[in-house]
Amino acid sequence: MSMKFDRPMNWKELPAGCLIDEAATSLRFKTGDWRSMRPIWDAEKCIHCLFCWITCPDTAITVQDGKMTGIDYDYCKGCGICAVICPPKASAIDMVREEK
Amino acid sequence: MKTIAKTGNEAMAYAMKQINPDVVAAYPITPATEIVQIFSNYVADGEVDTEFVAVESEHSALSACVGASLAGGRVMTSTASQGLALMHEILYIAAGNRLPIVIALVNRSLSAPINIHCDHSDTMGSREAGWMQLYCANSQEAYDSLIIALKVAEQTAVPAIVSTDAFIISHAMERLEVLEDEEVQRFIGEYKPRFSALDLENPKTFGPLDLQDYFFEHKRAQIDDFSKVLGTYNKVAQEYAELSGRYYPALEEYKTDDADVAIFTAGSTADTAKEVVDGLREQGRKMGLVRMRMWRPLPVEEIKAALGKFKAVAVMDRSDTMADFGGPVFLETRGILYDAKKKPLLTDYVYGLGGRNIDISDILRVYDEIEQVVKQGKIDKLITYLGVRGEE
Amino acid sequence: MQQYFEVRWHGRGGQGAKTAALLFGEAAMETGKYIQAFPEYGPERTGAPVKAYNRLSDGPIRIHTQVINPDVVVVLDASLLESINVTEGLKDNGALIVNTQEKAAAIKEKLRVTNAKVAVVDATKIAVEILKKNVPNTVMLGAMVKITGVLEWDSALASIKEKLEVKFRGRTEIIEGNVEAIKRAYDEVEVA
Repeated sequence: MSMKFDRPMNWKELPAGCLIDEAATSLRFKTGDWRSMRPIWDAEKCIHCLFCWITCPDTAITVQDGKMTGIDYDYCKGCGICAVICPPKASAIDMVREEK
Repeated sequence: MKTIAKTGNEAMAYAMKQINPDVVAAYPITPATEIVQIFSNYVADGEVDTEFVAVESEHSALSACVGASLAGGRVMTSTASQGLALMHEILYIAAGNRLPIVIALVNRSLSAPINIHCDHSDTMGSREAGWMQLYCANSQEAYDSLIIALKVAEQTAVPAIVSTDAFIISHAMERLEVLEDEEVQRFIGEYKPRFSALDLENPKTFGPLDLQDYFFEHKRAQIDDFSKVLGTYNKVAQEYAELSGRYYPALEEYKTDDADVAIFTAGSTADTAKEVVDGLREQGRKMGLVRMRMWRPLPVEEIKAALGKFKAVAVMDRSDTMADFGGPVFLETRGILYDAKKKPLLTDYVYGLGGRNIDISDILRVYDEIEQVVKQGKIDKLITYLGVRGEE
Repeated sequence: MQQYFEVRWHGRGGQGAKTAALLFGEAAMETGKYIQAFPEYGPERTGAPVKAYNRLSDGPIRIHTQVINPDVVVVLDASLLESINVTEGLKDNGALIVNTQEKAAAIKEKLRVTNAKVAVVDATKIAVEILKKNVPNTVMLGAMVKITGVLEWDSALASIKEKLEVKFRGRTEIIEGNVEAIKRAYDEVEVA
């Protein structure tokens, strides 16, 4: 049975057992609007240590060919761990208020 | 088919050997220890392909079974009494995840006071956990029921407990007939799990958090699956009868057609009561017996139809609900009969706690008293504690 | 109701009362009987008085009650006569079989048995002489089979030997010794 996500399923539509029938369903659940502080990444200052990529709880740091390429604001909740972990000498991530 | 002499525990271990499960995880407890002890010999002697997991508690035993079953294995274990109590939270997890694990259980009282002998308080205390429950009257039935229950469990994705009475059956050697290994294998067939945690091509999430938005839907679906167990059981029991010549209905009636009164009970006592019924009939007293074999799910319509025929019925409960309203079989039977068109006068006898012997004379007394209820047309005493010092 | 032949075994923990009941039950089954064999479990350990039971019938056995009125009582250790009422519930015209050095008549008088026959055999002596150990349980089976007459001697002996072969895989001297001891008890049992 394939699961439906466009509306709440009724009990007859659920797969047997309390399992989620397919992988990576969290991709459908965007958490970017939970954010009150936004990380701003400065590509010039970044030394590509990837500490932020390792520690981000939402895998919201995008990386290509071993280099950091930015932040996925669809999923970033603005926790600020990336800004804290960023080495002081680089200081490539700043947290700014979402409030306009 | 061959005839052998085996105790209830030996019979259950032998059935497990012929089932040849993928995984057995277990922790020993009197009086069920022998089941896994004998089974571990089968493992050591290479007579089964089972992965035997020795663990440090029953909680871990059933947890390991849950893991193995999620991985797609055919899984069994065994326990009794305090062991089942320690498994309690995992019982719900196995059932909620629809894992068809089968427990070969020996019914033993729960502490305190500490005791190793028979009553049904252990499984009765787990009757809301979402497991099928079959109570067996003898070694033969214990052997047969384990094979039947495994097939029903796997077809319905509902786990099962098959139980015998402590020592009375578990340690009593009796003559029984067993099937050939290949016959058992053909009957149960290859297990085709609905999912497997080891299926890397189709990854799934097992046991996620489920809050107000979905928990109820999941439970409702589980209850619906549970409602299909009786139908599947009836079909599988019929198939088993064709194979073995032994048929076990979910609810058994013995000499009830022309009877005015009956006893409604379970386990080894029901077997003994059949003998009493025969004796009474030799005296011209037409009395019957209804045996509760499946207690989860409840065979509601069957109970209503079977007991509705009588003028009076004595329920015999081998445990108490501590509701100050008798035993669980009595309580639930009263509920079932509430809207029956014809219903008997219903009394309860709580008996045999902690293995207190139930003798033929005790059962005769119950028949005498229930006959008196019919004569008087009313019940003097709703709940009787039978065979305990200090009563009357 | 069906007719049953019921046996109660008295022994001390470790003397093999349960094993004797199981062996007797299996031997009876080989001769076509329906059987039950069950011990009575309590907190007993080595040396404590223990009981085991048999129930035999020509048809399927449905009752699962304790044996209250046995046809036969077997006592594996005569020292139990001092502390246990071994004749309790013994049926009229039943039999009491005791492992003792005393004469049957002496035991009969001592226990004031008037309704049943008393048989004695020195199973301990036989066991020590042949098996070099005080294990009277299997030895008593010889006396049991002779006195009760419920089992046919040759097939019972063959069945017991078969079970011993399974239990003592390949240890011929133990298997043959047991068979010899059982035969001797069969010959030496004395009745009053």
